[in-house]
Amino acid sequence: MTLKLDDVRRAAHLARIAIDDTEAEATLAQLDRVFSLIGQMQAVDVSGIEPMAHAQDLMLRLRDDRVTEGNQRELFQSSAPETEAGLYLVPKVIE
Amino acid sequence: MLVAAPSAMSITTLQQIANRLAAGECSSVEVTQDYINKINELNKSLGCYITIDAERSLTQARAADARRAAGKAGALTGVPLAHKDIFCAKGWLTTCGSKMLGNFVAPYDAHVVERCDTEGMVTLGKTNMDEFAMGSSNETSHFGPVRNPWDVTRVPGGSSGGSAAAVAAGLAPAATGTDTGGSIRQPAALTGICGLKPTYGLVSRYGMIAFASSLDQAGPMAHTAADLGLLLNVMAGHDPRDSTSLQRPAEDYNRDLEKPLKGLRIGLPREFFGDGMSADVRRATDAAIAEYQKLGAQPVEVSLPNMGLSVPVYYVLAPAEASSNLSRFDGVRYGHRAAEYGDLLDMYKRSRAGGFGAEVKRRILIGTYVLSHGYYDAYYIRAQKLRRLIAQDFAQAFKACDVIMGPTSPTTAFRLGEKSADPVQMYLSDIYTIAVNLAGLPGMSIPCGFGEGGLPVGLQIVGNYFDEARMLNVAHQYQLATDWHRRAPRGVTA
Amino acid sequence: MKWEVVIGLETHAQLSTLSKIFSGAPTAFGAEPNTQACGVDIALPGVLPVLNRGAVERAVRFGLAVGAKINSPSIFARKNYFYPDLPKGYQISQYEKPIVECGGIAIQVGDAEKTVRLTRAHLEEDAGKSLHEDFHGRSGIDLNRAGTPLLEIVSEPDMRSAEEAVAYAKALHTLVRWIGVCDGNMQEGSFRCDANVSVRPAGSDKLGTRREIKNLNSFRFLQQAIEYEVQWQIGELEDGRAIEQATVLFDPDSGETRMMRSKEDAHDYRYFPDPDLLPLEVTVQQIEAVRAAMPPLPEARREQFRARFGLTPYDAGLLTASRELADYFAAAAEGADAKTGKLCANWISGALSARLNEDNLEIAASRIDASRLRGLVDRIADGTLSGKMAKDVFDAMWAGEGDADAIIAAKGLKQISDSGTLEKIVDDVLTANAQQVADYRAGKEKAFNSLVGQAMKATRGKANPQQVNEILKRKLAG
Ligand SMILES: [Mg+2]
Ligand SMILES: [Zn+2]
Repeated sequence: MTLKLDDVRRAAHLARIAIDDTEAEATLAQLDRVFSLIGQMQAVDVSGIEPMAHAQDLMLRLRDDRVTEGNQRELFQSSAPETEAGLYLVPKVIE
Repeated sequence: MLVAAPSAMSITTLQQIANRLAAGECSSVEVTQDYINKINELNKSLGCYITIDAERSLTQARAADARRAAGKAGALTGVPLAHKDIFCAKGWLTTCGSKMLGNFVAPYDAHVVERCDTEGMVTLGKTNMDEFAMGSSNETSHFGPVRNPWDVTRVPGGSSGGSAAAVAAGLAPAATGTDTGGSIRQPAALTGICGLKPTYGLVSRYGMIAFASSLDQAGPMAHTAADLGLLLNVMAGHDPRDSTSLQRPAEDYNRDLEKPLKGLRIGLPREFFGDGMSADVRRATDAAIAEYQKLGAQPVEVSLPNMGLSVPVYYVLAPAEASSNLSRFDGVRYGHRAAEYGDLLDMYKRSRAGGFGAEVKRRILIGTYVLSHGYYDAYYIRAQKLRRLIAQDFAQAFKACDVIMGPTSPTTAFRLGEKSADPVQMYLSDIYTIAVNLAGLPGMSIPCGFGEGGLPVGLQIVGNYFDEARMLNVAHQYQLATDWHRRAPRGVTA
Repeated sequence: MKWEVVIGLETHAQLSTLSKIFSGAPTAFGAEPNTQACGVDIALPGVLPVLNRGAVERAVRFGLAVGAKINSPSIFARKNYFYPDLPKGYQISQYEKPIVECGGIAIQVGDAEKTVRLTRAHLEEDAGKSLHEDFHGRSGIDLNRAGTPLLEIVSEPDMRSAEEAVAYAKALHTLVRWIGVCDGNMQEGSFRCDANVSVRPAGSDKLGTRREIKNLNSFRFLQQAIEYEVQWQIGELEDGRAIEQATVLFDPDSGETRMMRSKEDAHDYRYFPDPDLLPLEVTVQQIEAVRAAMPPLPEARREQFRARFGLTPYDAGLLTASRELADYFAAAAEGADAKTGKLCANWISGALSARLNEDNLEIAASRIDASRLRGLVDRIADGTLSGKMAKDVFDAMWAGEGDADAIIAAKGLKQISDSGTLEKIVDDVLTANAQQVADYRAGKEKAFNSLVGQAMKATRGKANPQQVNEILKRKLAG
């Protein structure tokens, strides 16, 4: 599988990272190298192997349904780029 | 200027500081002030710390002295350390080495920070690191590179390069680090100190800014194996806020330090001793194995047949997880927001393009691509299957041996800029460490000699799950017989 | 051409936990913006999710109630997309292995009964809210709702009309409240539906291209939106245009649906298992504990009511509209025979429901409790009260004047059923109204009613009308 410029642009769009044509070209060249490294994975037969998603073979631990967190809005919003009336502000969201 | 030659000057260990504090030979304030002075003198040229706050540190030191006076001191109360800037520490600037978090003051403490604070340890500052822990040379930090105290033209390794260089240069007696693919062990090796990545789940990831959640693990970095154990005793412990934190009884990781090594079976994987490593690293590694034989251990040849695929597998899984973990940095609730933008989409794109550095963006794109429609099975699922094969290789190997040994890094510290043009060259500097993260096993690196140019070489020791106490025993016995760990770069020790 | 409508519903039911699905922040509705959004909910760097046991238990309860399979383990995945009300840039949901699979919901439309099959029900977190009021042309983000536990219940495309879809949504709504997993408050968004609608030529077994109508938060909107969408799709097809897969929004003001995004801008969600959350196991013991604590379900209660009191399916359906109502009826009709039970049912779905509606009260807040209602019904059954008198007693009970017997005594409302007394009264009436007697005998049937009225008037309405009728008839015939 070789990467195309459009793949880079599409990934950048999905990841919400602005990328101009020069950057996209440069990135494509680097990603080509990375994906030829990744391509080594094809050498091994993995049929019948269970994917391993976690480092441990354990089941999830649950917490009790209790309220433990109080209001910390002022503290949390002290490092926010833009707030008003307790809300985080962003450019108009259009549905 | 710092000089790049090994010397036999003395190092200061956590244990020494703890002993002096306990004996009343000095106060925490005095010890802390000494380190602050050294940091002020050397940090500019080494770049170990991103943030220092002497007043904050001294306030902690005074509290520790008062606690000791009240007879309530723990083993490390009043002992200073540095925290990698990946750990949230309430009231401290916490940047993760990124412009994205260039002005982020953490509103809460990571579990690791909380535990160190509870022990009464003093935070000297937040150490430099590769941006979001993505790198093996500390050159991706937004706050500039860290320089290797053994040769300032060389990198300290990464991503915990600031922590490693701080300990090596005597700017902290110990530090916390994190290791996703070798980020504790490789910089420890390149700066001549010790570093331990525990079994996945032993140390809570709560408050540690995530890179690749299923691989990330925090651990101690220090001069000696015994110090690693002391600090791990503080760092490790169950945390209900991390669903992958293990529930295990507390243990003293230094309980077995003095056990003799007679009969210890050391597994030497064929794949670790191929042509990958440089001649000087090979010499030092072989010598270390020989030393172990003198101590009564027996080498056993083992095999990790799928180890060669660990780098490709890692560069699918880690970027995939990272691409998702780093989506929260969108310029809405905290962090960098572009100065100029149009609509919402534009705000996202410019804020993220401007807030992240090149390597981070590269990995986000790799991760986004391998998870995207049509590629998921070919890349992500295949990588997870290979991950299992790699883990099974280790399980097989541990049937024949007690610990596995090999090089930590294929070379000694490389020059700044030497590998930054080619990501793949950089990725390959972790070929010996990555498999351990994929399996979730504990791994450590200890100094085992010097290579060309007088640069430190690290020996990697990999244990079976939860075998940290044995690994520390194995390292400590070696350190009783050798003095590599006592060497310090000339001109840097006090 | 004749068209067949095919509808499947995806319903988001907010689970009735105290705290959020992955954090310890409260789920209460209506707080000041961002005061119920903790570090996990606003996705601070370094925070981690920990699953709420209460949400899991509720999902299992739902699964058992619909006869589904409980998967163990089930897997949490990340659904990745950027939106300002989604703080992590991904929603934690279940994808490949949901906690609940299969099962079904019985519905009734008119006299027809059918079962709508469920595909799955999975646990996930809700997003926050974007507010579009005026913030200098910007949107405000409130994350209080972020992290609220949801059960997304996905049906098979088994419904064939808007009516069936509404019947399904109502049955589901009743069920989730019945088993206590969701408060069902649709205004607050605790229960909202997305409808997948397509049409195909009648008789075809190939599905048409569907469009998904998002976020319908009332049964009326659900009905209107589907009806509009069906007409629109048929119109397009009959005009020779193909339907394109799309997501649409319903505008209640215009009654129309409009396109939100087409298939081309469909997201690539890049689902993958969440590395922060291990597989979720539900043991057989846990499932059995949930099963043991399960209340009898609506269907079982309906059956029971029909068998015991001979209620019609319609009445049994009314009385099982909620568990509280069914409990009320069961308490009122306790130990009753079929006749009294039916009377209870009639009074509950008649006068009582009307009063509750008028005063906007839930059955649990009724001013007349079940045992008092039964007291009233007993006095009707034993002939003490006429229908008219019973209504007066009911009103007095509603007004808080005590139980039926006390009101009957206080108002002297007891019906006169003593035949000696009634004979005497009728005799007096006949004597005093010779003209009407003559009229009746001359064939004027209406005169009879007038005589009954006189007898009732003489007793201030307390005479048992049936008896008065009989006595009059006998005496006039004699
Ligand atoms: Mg859906
Ligand atoms: Zn959903």
